[in-house]
Amino acid sequence: MVAAHVVAEPARCVECGICSFNCPLGIDVRSHARRGQPVADNYCLTCGECVARCPRGTLRMESTDVFASLREEKP
Amino acid sequence: MPRRYVIVGNGPAGVSSAEVIRSIDSSAEIVIVGEEKTGFYSRPGLAYLLTGTIPESHLFSRPDSEYRRLRLQRVTARVTHLQPREHRVWLEDRSFLEYDRLLLAVGARALRPNVPGIDLEGVVTLDTLDDARRILRLARRAKSAVVVGGGITALELAEGLSSQGVETHYLLRKDRYWGNVLDPQESKLVETRLEEEGIRLHRRTDLAGVIGRGRRVAGVTTTDGRQLACGMLAVAIGIQPRFELARDAGLAVGRGIWTDEYFQTSHADVFAAGDAAEVFDPSTGARVLDSLWSIAIEQGRSAGANMAGRRESYARPAPFNVTRIGGLTTTLIGAVGSGREDGDLVALNRGDSDAWRQKADAFAVEAEAEVSRVRVLVGEKQLVGAVVMGDQRLSRPLQHLIREAVDIRPVRDQLLHEPQRLPAILGSFASAAHAA
Repeated sequence: MVAAHVVAEPARCVECGICSFNCPLGIDVRSHARRGQPVADNYCLTCGECVARCPRGTLRMESTDVFASLREEKP
Repeated sequence: MPRRYVIVGNGPAGVSSAEVIRSIDSSAEIVIVGEEKTGFYSRPGLAYLLTGTIPESHLFSRPDSEYRRLRLQRVTARVTHLQPREHRVWLEDRSFLEYDRLLLAVGARALRPNVPGIDLEGVVTLDTLDDARRILRLARRAKSAVVVGGGITALELAEGLSSQGVETHYLLRKDRYWGNVLDPQESKLVETRLEEEGIRLHRRTDLAGVIGRGRRVAGVTTTDGRQLACGMLAVAIGIQPRFELARDAGLAVGRGIWTDEYFQTSHADVFAAGDAAEVFDPSTGARVLDSLWSIAIEQGRSAGANMAGRRESYARPAPFNVTRIGGLTTTLIGAVGSGREDGDLVALNRGDSDAWRQKADAFAVEAEAEVSRVRVLVGEKQLVGAVVMGDQRLSRPLQHLIREAVDIRPVRDQLLHEPQRLPAILGSFASAAHAA
């Protein structure tokens, strides 16, 4: 089972707010982006609007494999 | 007694220093003095305000609650002078603040060319939110505008004015745009895009003077004797670090406020960071200026740590910026320039770094696709610089390879002999290097 979430690279973020402005759900993506925190918001649709609009390539969609942590435990 | 920190400058360097000071010293008194009445906003975001991409309300990235959480005392005032020996900062209302440690994070201001009429109403620069508001106000009634200067700011102005429906003329003193950082093909890519947006380029044309009607701009004259009618003149010929406070207090200054690699100025309790600081780089022995958001934040953090008693030497990473120029997303990393002077800039500009002008002792390897281009400077053991325009898939891998100084000898010959395969070679090498 694979899901996805938006991750950020804060060194690229200039806090312009284009990501937050374009989020259809009004999530404050910027405050995650500048701190380098993934957008772990339950309401995030992973629509990719913020990723596409960021002029600096700060954001990207990363697939989160929900079983990854189980597999990592193998020797 | 708690230690008292005064930070002059409410921008990225100032606020990030305060964050670090608070994380180290929970009892400290921290006062942050800013000139602007508005709260903390994204200066790079002003470009997107001009193009109408975002409303003004979205520029404010650090709400008041964040200042309260960090227990920062905010003062809105202009600082008139310093007394380093007395440990005092004087404000315009003739009151003073005392400090144990002071940070000067006062930024830089745009330079204006010394031509007749330059003080007329309608001559604009882009330093602050107030400047952007003034530009938008003037753009509502101006039919046409002239832009002079270079680097990223000149394009922000030209593209901003053009997207506000103003007929925009951009004067280039030499043959091409940003000639000491971009190579001829890269300049051409940008120029073509600007022309497609309807911006009129005038090459080998310099501003001679500004014509006024009353106190307002009515046009400009050029050095080749022409006149262009315009209601606005936008100037981005470079910036000057605001070093006057430091200089007048007897601190050492050059192009900016001189600091060592610990951000300490020539006075032990006074530090400087961000656009205002000219920072000693022990790896090269040179003093460097940068005007980049991410570097201002890194410097502020490092200065804050040193002010709070840590001893952290600043290792300047290869400066990089990602921005849109001529509508093309562009990454600039490390030494990519020609080592020559720029025709259109008399000093560093915003979104700019000394580093990019440097001519690397390296081979340039290029790969080009439709409206996309990658240029990589290949040194003996590592990549020393890169320009990625358009398709940004190589932006992150190159950022990693250059900033981490990854040994590229395993693929060096391949790169030099098969330039058109550059994206494939670097793509797979970088992911292997990243995984290692």
